[in-house]
Amino acid sequence: MNFQAVKSIYAFEMNRWRRTVLQSIVSPVISTSLYFVVFGAAIGSRIETVEGVSYGAFIVPGLMMLTLLQQSVSAASFGIYFPKFTGTIYEILSAPVSFFEIVLGYVGAAATKSIILGTIILITASLFVDLRIAHPFWMVAFLLLTAVTFSLLGFIIGIWADNFEKLQLVPLLIITPLVFLGGSFYSVDMLPPFWQGVTMFNPVLYLISGFRWSFYEVSDVSIVWSVAAIGMFLSLALGIVWWIFKTGYQLKS
Amino acid sequence: MHPVIAISSLSKRYDSGFEALKGVDLEIDRGEIFALLGPNGAGKTTLISIICGIVNPTGGSVSVDGHDILADYRAARSLIGLVPQELTTDQFESVFDTVSFSRGLFGKKPDPAYIEKVLTDLSLIDKRDNKLRELSGGMKRRVLIAKALSHEPKILFLDEPTAGVDVSLRKDMWEVIRKLRESGVTIILTTHYIEEAEEMADRIGIISGGRLLLVERKADLMRKLGIKQLRLELREPLSALPAELQGYDLTIEDDGKTLLYTFDREGERTRITSLLADLQSAGIRVRDLDTKQSTLEDIFVSLVKEQA
Ligand SMILES: Nc1ncnc2c1ncn2[C@@H]1O[C@H](COP(=O)(O)OP(=O)(O)OP(=O)(O)O)[C@@H](O)[C@H]1O
Ligand SMILES: [Mg+2]
Repeated sequence: MNFQAVKSIYAFEMNRWRRTVLQSIVSPVISTSLYFVVFGAAIGSRIETVEGVSYGAFIVPGLMMLTLLQQSVSAASFGIYFPKFTGTIYEILSAPVSFFEIVLGYVGAAATKSIILGTIILITASLFVDLRIAHPFWMVAFLLLTAVTFSLLGFIIGIWADNFEKLQLVPLLIITPLVFLGGSFYSVDMLPPFWQGVTMFNPVLYLISGFRWSFYEVSDVSIVWSVAAIGMFLSLALGIVWWIFKTGYQLKS
Repeated sequence: MHPVIAISSLSKRYDSGFEALKGVDLEIDRGEIFALLGPNGAGKTTLISIICGIVNPTGGSVSVDGHDILADYRAARSLIGLVPQELTTDQFESVFDTVSFSRGLFGKKPDPAYIEKVLTDLSLIDKRDNKLRELSGGMKRRVLIAKALSHEPKILFLDEPTAGVDVSLRKDMWEVIRKLRESGVTIILTTHYIEEAEEMADRIGIISGGRLLLVERKADLMRKLGIKQLRLELREPLSALPAELQGYDLTIEDDGKTLLYTFDREGERTRITSLLADLQSAGIRVRDLDTKQSTLEDIFVSLVKEQA
């Protein structure tokens, strides 16, 4: 195991982030605060509570998930796309590193960044509403697993994308709608029956539901389903990444 | 002694269907400087990229110091430093950081003193804290060399190292390469500049259209194909060769103002003395003369033409 290489890639990615850390932190904090103003104050004044939780507090896990998913995907996809784009990937391909070490470096760094941002959102949110975390262990476990899984997804997107449009399209067209439609800002019970059924096909619903359960013990689907769902995503993502390195897809001709 | 790199029937067909390498066999000796010479698109970069793990081979095998490049890639790649043809750099990194990063990628513990030494050898030490985007093209090329040397490789690939590098810098670079060779590093370089191969290499391989046309020691190559030409500038133009001179390999050039005599330097007799005597008896007067030895360039051009 070439730990030195993992460390180097990880440190390289974290350094790149540190150079623009202010904008990386400021923008999610501002958008979270805006969500609170719009959803919390405007809608919250009409809804008051959802399943016994104040609306402001109810949306916090969803907001964290939104940030976690977006940031994991964008950090990891950009991290691996950039050396492909500039050509510096030659160095990684010619180094004595295994695919596992490369993934560990890039995905580890992306997951770290999104976990830091998720934590910042949590802290920001606690300024607006009273938070309580019923199952801290599960909360951290969901946080970690989601960050890793979606960083892997971002890594896959970064390798698949051969231009900047594709790199931005997937997060914009797929991730964000799935999060919004996955019950970030409402309970699925509030939807008409048909849409409830449709929502059940949204994989992100299971993540948000499980995550919210770890806070307030209320959930749209059983916690078992949530854990199974994240396990499935993780295995799927790992499988695809393994295949990518096996075949050299978009990396080696 | 075993060759440090053994390439056998290596072939590469790109996804486009293009066959960039058509069964290349080559052995590189430990500690030599090997120059790979060939026109654009010959397959030089493809060959190097396969050995370094950037391109997948379609057939054949390569071993580096006895380690197969696929089965035992870690051991094989640890020995190799690569300076790519394209100037690809992380524009926002500093020189020192980017060179240290390369060292780490190859699994070596940080060693700032060694990195500083490499930067000093390549006259980059003044720029150690500059961002790469602040450097000129020639400086970036040297940074790529520093990155390749950062992990103390035993084999160094230089893919057109002197493209875009000025003359004085080129000299410095050769100095660095000579020193590396003295310390036992094997060097494989590609170039379009034949003088470079002529000046630096121990052995030369000529590749064209994905095939190695020839691999020779430079000295042998020069000797074997060491044709010389004697150029005679005439006082009065000549329209046809007189009978006395029919026995020589002569051509008339410049509207008859120049006679060109081609002979084999290695031959028993060059017949220059008798040619001069025959010229005199034919009443042809010579104003000036000089001799020219065919260069690698001539050899190269004729080989590549022959193949086409
Ligand atoms: N990724 C690729 N897909 C398809 N064809 C390729 C690819 N890379 C290279 N080729 C083709 O393979 C041939 C050999 O290319 P290569 O880069 O090895 O040449 P080279 O000898 O290094 O040339 P140069 O002196 O211009 O650098 C060329 O005809 C090139 O067009
Ligand atoms: Mg080339």
